[in-house]
Amino acid sequence: MLTRSLFLKLLSAVIVFGAWQIAGMIPVSYAFPTFMESMDALARMTFDGSLFVAYGETLKPLVVGIAISAVLGISIGLWIGLSQLFDWAFSPIFIVMQAAPLAALIPLLVMAYGIGLTSKVFVVCIMAMPVIVLNTSGAVRNTPESFKEMGASFMADRRQIILKIILPAASPIIFSGLRLGVSAGFIGAILSELKITPTGVGDIITYSRSIADYPSMYAAIFSIIVLAVLFLNLLEMLENYLFEGNNRGYASD
Amino acid sequence: MAMPQTKDAPETATTEIAVSARNISKNYGDVEALRDLTLEFPRGQLTSLLGPSGCGKTTLLKIIAGLLEPTAGEVEVNGKTVTGPGPDRAFVFQDFALLPWASVLRNVAFGLELRGVAKSEREDKAAKYIADVGLAGFEASFPHELSGGMRQRVGLARALSVDAQVLLMDEPFSAVDEQTRRKFQEDLLALVQNENKTFLFVTHSIEEAVYVSDQIAILLPRPSRVSEIIRPSGFRDKGVDNIRRDPEYLDIVDQIWASLRNYVE
Amino acid sequence: MKLFGYRLPGMSSLIVWGLLWELVGQTGLTFFVPPLSEVLVTLFEVIGTPAFQKALSETAIAFFSGVFFAIVIGIPTGILMGKSRLLDELLLPWVNIFLSAPLTALVPVLMVLFGFGMKSIIITTTLFAIWIIILNSRAGVMQINRSLIEMARSFGASPMDAFFKIYVWAALPEILGGVRIGIIRAVKGVIIGQLLISIVGFGALFELYSANFLMAHFWAVLIVLFAMAFMISEIFAYLERRVSYYAAKR
Ligand SMILES: Nc1ncnc2c1ncn2[C@@H]1O[C@H](COP(=O)(O)OP(=O)(O)OP(=O)(O)O)[C@@H](O)[C@H]1O
Ligand SMILES: [Mg+2]
Repeated sequence: MLTRSLFLKLLSAVIVFGAWQIAGMIPVSYAFPTFMESMDALARMTFDGSLFVAYGETLKPLVVGIAISAVLGISIGLWIGLSQLFDWAFSPIFIVMQAAPLAALIPLLVMAYGIGLTSKVFVVCIMAMPVIVLNTSGAVRNTPESFKEMGASFMADRRQIILKIILPAASPIIFSGLRLGVSAGFIGAILSELKITPTGVGDIITYSRSIADYPSMYAAIFSIIVLAVLFLNLLEMLENYLFEGNNRGYASD
Repeated sequence: MAMPQTKDAPETATTEIAVSARNISKNYGDVEALRDLTLEFPRGQLTSLLGPSGCGKTTLLKIIAGLLEPTAGEVEVNGKTVTGPGPDRAFVFQDFALLPWASVLRNVAFGLELRGVAKSEREDKAAKYIADVGLAGFEASFPHELSGGMRQRVGLARALSVDAQVLLMDEPFSAVDEQTRRKFQEDLLALVQNENKTFLFVTHSIEEAVYVSDQIAILLPRPSRVSEIIRPSGFRDKGVDNIRRDPEYLDIVDQIWASLRNYVE
Repeated sequence: MKLFGYRLPGMSSLIVWGLLWELVGQTGLTFFVPPLSEVLVTLFEVIGTPAFQKALSETAIAFFSGVFFAIVIGIPTGILMGKSRLLDELLLPWVNIFLSAPLTALVPVLMVLFGFGMKSIIITTTLFAIWIIILNSRAGVMQINRSLIEMARSFGASPMDAFFKIYVWAALPEILGGVRIGIIRAVKGVIIGQLLISIVGFGALFELYSANFLMAHFWAVLIVLFAMAFMISEIFAYLERRVSYYAAKR
């Protein structure tokens, strides 16, 4: 059956890329290059190194932003999950942030922090942080009471209960919060490159659009989507690998 | 087959046959569930299918219902070959299969709804059958507000309301408690008596099969065939209260257990 | 959270944060944070202005059309994927890719293909919302109790009957869950689309305010926007809870 599913995946890729190729050959629009032209452009940018330079630029705010969001988000989440006062005070903010279109803050951030790296890091942070905080706090709050009681019955102190029971029990959900945060961070990073100042991949997209070099524009977009999807899949695989034990079912069955 | 109450095939020929399954085989991939199974169901009678778990009782019932296609062989209902589900058969599901978003009334009327019966007419009919199964007053309730036994009665009322000639019941009483079960068994006997319908009944309980059946088909483990047909006859009119003490009843229970026990071990 | 034995309502801390905001604003600590009271006064002024109403109606049109397409295309697609293995295997990889892909990168493509207007924003909104709706509808169908389907078949249900009377309803809790998340994403999508295309709706309004450094105006619009987004998401969460009673009992 593995061969069947692999075959169907290939088939569906062939169908989609084939449709792209044909649509580009008709062409459906002057701004719609064929699949082959776009792949050509992608290969060219890869071999002359411009793609790597661009990604070095793009990934900077992303990596910094994700790192800050992870550290800050998990700490705040832990705190919210452990303290009722913090829960009351901070949860509503993150719940609203989660539902709100935070992208609307970008013009304000630009006014406050200019068009440099700081603004871009901020954009990544506001996009990535809410889901990290909410996942962490939810997981910590929902640690089964029996686990904590078990710890207490073995005379664990508060610190031990947090480090040895609550954190490990919550880590799968914290990790998937991180993955969702990274996913939102990608959206933020690209948004900020397109909206604030064109740098990195955003620059390739904007520039090639302005000179009507559509194959390069499509290639850049294709590459950033592939990169994001691959990275997120890798994270998901890591998640499955790390927390495999959590999926094995309960000891009773 | 030495026992007097066990009648042989010629008997069957004198009563009319409502459903006949001929040379049915069914494979699921490599698994051979049924092989060359032939069985006839007399009109107006209740036939039980009894056999070890996984021997293909549900499979046979679904083939008769037209929900599954046999790999080989054919089923005839009232002389017509089955090609799919039809209005002449109604299925009572083991897990009730009630719509959780619909009231009892709508659930019971659902079979009629799918047949395009007008709303007022189908609801009148449904209300009658709801009362018949003893659920009057619960028309507006939802399935999650009912007990297991009550839900099963909704499923039964739904099957009865479409007035099908043949009722296919897959372990209909397996999810109810013992008291309700006994009550249902008595109701079922009354139903067989009063309605000239043909009942196909799957059960795991030997006692239950002997208690309610006019004919019991014992199936062997995979690939399944009919190993034996038993027709209890002597105690049917002694009254519901006496059957369980009747010597013939007890003999047949023992006899069936004797032929099935090898497969359990 | 309890205070002197009273249970504090869930979102009550926002009042405290509002007061803090007012204080910070009053001290004049930073130009970017005017006092909340000033923002609220501006809010009522702004709501009446034609510019705001134009932005709101343009956004509403884009949002509702985008969500409409996402639902009308997404739910049937998801249900069909849950029913047909072949279709599922062909489409699922793409749905998963677009679910996690940074869709902002596609907006420039939409802009060159469909112009700098409503059409591109509507498509952006649909793209943000549709994938999770498809995925949840599919999951909803895949967990439907087989015997409900067989029951309908045994009573002679036509494919149309089965679709509208069984599949849609039996998968409803998951579908609504997908629609709720999809709508939250659509709100973000519509704003991102407007920011990047920036000559329609709130995108244009933001340009106007930030070019003129109208801080209070800016915050007022943000508050309206966030409050509406939050309300939409709460309404759907409520609807979802309404049907959850049967989610566990199918
Ligand atoms: N959809 C399916 N795919 C593959 N094999 C199946 C399927 N349904 C049933 N089987 C196989 O066919 C055999 C008969 O199944 P069936 O459900 O008819 O048994 P049963 O007699 O009703 O059992 P039980 O008394 O436990 O309900 C089983 O051994 C099972 O493994
Ligand atoms: Mg069975």
